[in-house]
Amino acid sequence: MKQDSAIRLILLGLAMSSVAALAVITLFIFREGLPIIFRQGPGSFLFGSDWDPGAEPAAFGIFAMIAGTFAVTGGALLLGVPVGLGSAIFLSEFAPRKVATILKPALELLAGIPSVVFGYIGMLVLSPFIRDHIGGSGASVLAGSAILGIMILPTIISISMDTLRSVPRSYREGSFALGATGWQTTWKVTLPAARSGLVAAVILGMGRAVGETMAVIMVTGNTALVPKSPLSPARTLTANIAMQLNAAVGEHREALFACGVVLFVIIMVLNTFANWVAKLGKRA
Amino acid sequence: MRIPPRAVHVGMLGILWSVTLAAIGTLIWIIGWVLWHGLPSATPHFLTSMPQDSGAEGGILSVIAGTLFIILGAVALATPLGVGTAIYLVEYTRENWVTRVIRYGADCLAGIPSIIFGLFGYVFFVITLGLRWSILSGSLTLALMSLPTIIRTAEVALRSVPQGYREVSYALGATRWQMVLRVVLPGALPGIVTGIVLALGRCMSETAAVIFTAGTVLPDRIPTSPGDSVRTLAVHFYLLATEGTSESQPKAFATAAILVLAILVINVSAYTLMHRFLARYR
Repeated sequence: MKQDSAIRLILLGLAMSSVAALAVITLFIFREGLPIIFRQGPGSFLFGSDWDPGAEPAAFGIFAMIAGTFAVTGGALLLGVPVGLGSAIFLSEFAPRKVATILKPALELLAGIPSVVFGYIGMLVLSPFIRDHIGGSGASVLAGSAILGIMILPTIISISMDTLRSVPRSYREGSFALGATGWQTTWKVTLPAARSGLVAAVILGMGRAVGETMAVIMVTGNTALVPKSPLSPARTLTANIAMQLNAAVGEHREALFACGVVLFVIIMVLNTFANWVAKLGKRA
Repeated sequence: MRIPPRAVHVGMLGILWSVTLAAIGTLIWIIGWVLWHGLPSATPHFLTSMPQDSGAEGGILSVIAGTLFIILGAVALATPLGVGTAIYLVEYTRENWVTRVIRYGADCLAGIPSIIFGLFGYVFFVITLGLRWSILSGSLTLALMSLPTIIRTAEVALRSVPQGYREVSYALGATRWQMVLRVVLPGALPGIVTGIVLALGRCMSETAAVIFTAGTVLPDRIPTSPGDSVRTLAVHFYLLATEGTSESQPKAFATAAILVLAILVINVSAYTLMHRFLARYR
């Protein structure tokens, strides 16, 4: 029995690795990024509209990047949510079993395609298309939203499908017994029963869009100005970090870590909210 | 006018069909587009020669080697941690506040964007620990990133081993550890391997987390030590695509095709493995 408790202790140590990793990551990002936020004042850092690390004195206001992040993410949700939920509903409620068992893993393959490949397609196909047929320079919020909209599909589809499948069969049978059609059953019974899980799926998809880096850098033009229309270029928080980290020293590097802090907080709030909504549904 | 419910049903079904087909069509188009443009330039010579002239000439042998070292290193580091975590959660404890903390940690880690891992790896491994831009820094960063994938799949795999197996093992007088080692782990092995393979795929497609930890130096030889700086396939492709000249675009396409092909093979084999494994206990 002595051996048993020793093994238990070792395994507990291993199991703490992810908690420890999370703690160290949080600690280092905040340690590098927080000082400049407080030195400059959170208000002027978050809502300052001027980002110019080369100027004398340097200006570090990230409002344009926050606006860029939310503009691109919002657009991605407009595209990704209807397509993602639609596919999930189709695959879990209406598709023949064989079709669903082939298509679900196929759609999850989308998640495996590297984001640089998505970015390349955006750069070579989507941006020129927007420039020639819609307007602007092509490198735009619209291009970023379209690419991210596709990239968040696997997240939304696979979580929504799991939620829809966990709705008890008897709910649907009850509805059919009352003479409802398949769609009436889905709309009035299955979807309301799965509501909280579906909301969680959308929020997690949003988290993916906010955190995506490489694909966005390649298609949005990266101008550090608040975007005025879907055809304007934009720079996201992630792009700001990735484009400048290699060349940054001193205050500039601190400011990039501060962007990391803001990004980290946004993601944690989204994930915690998604978790909370999902739990709410399980209790009801 | 009220539309008959039957008609609404048929109409909605049509919409859902077309939305799903659009999603699948996009997937097939993306993969097809990359392979169509890239495979013609991905000759055996391209795969087996060293890059020259910042990648505009020659091949990608040193890049392939660097990628393999980094992702194998990452998985080698993450597997004992991840599988150990899963064994603890499934075999050695009941649900309590400790397991909730562990799960919360893994869930949060899974949600953190790769650029944050890149920032962290850069300040912690590259600078604070002095590991510089190296295979080791890259592997350590990717190991943390793939931990949640390995934990989750290993947990599912362990839970799918029927309870009866454990009871029989106890009845024969085995200790808990003997039961885990000789009965549960062998039974769950294919599922655990699936998670490891999926993690390999994720690491391979990663760019933002490795570009700041393994570096961007294009080596002209196969790396020989974990301290060497390398460029992974994804990073090489990104740099060719964004900083290369128009002459280097065929090389960019060829690199992308190799990357996508490798990830397809990795993911399809992972799914096949998981499918067979789950069928075993059904």
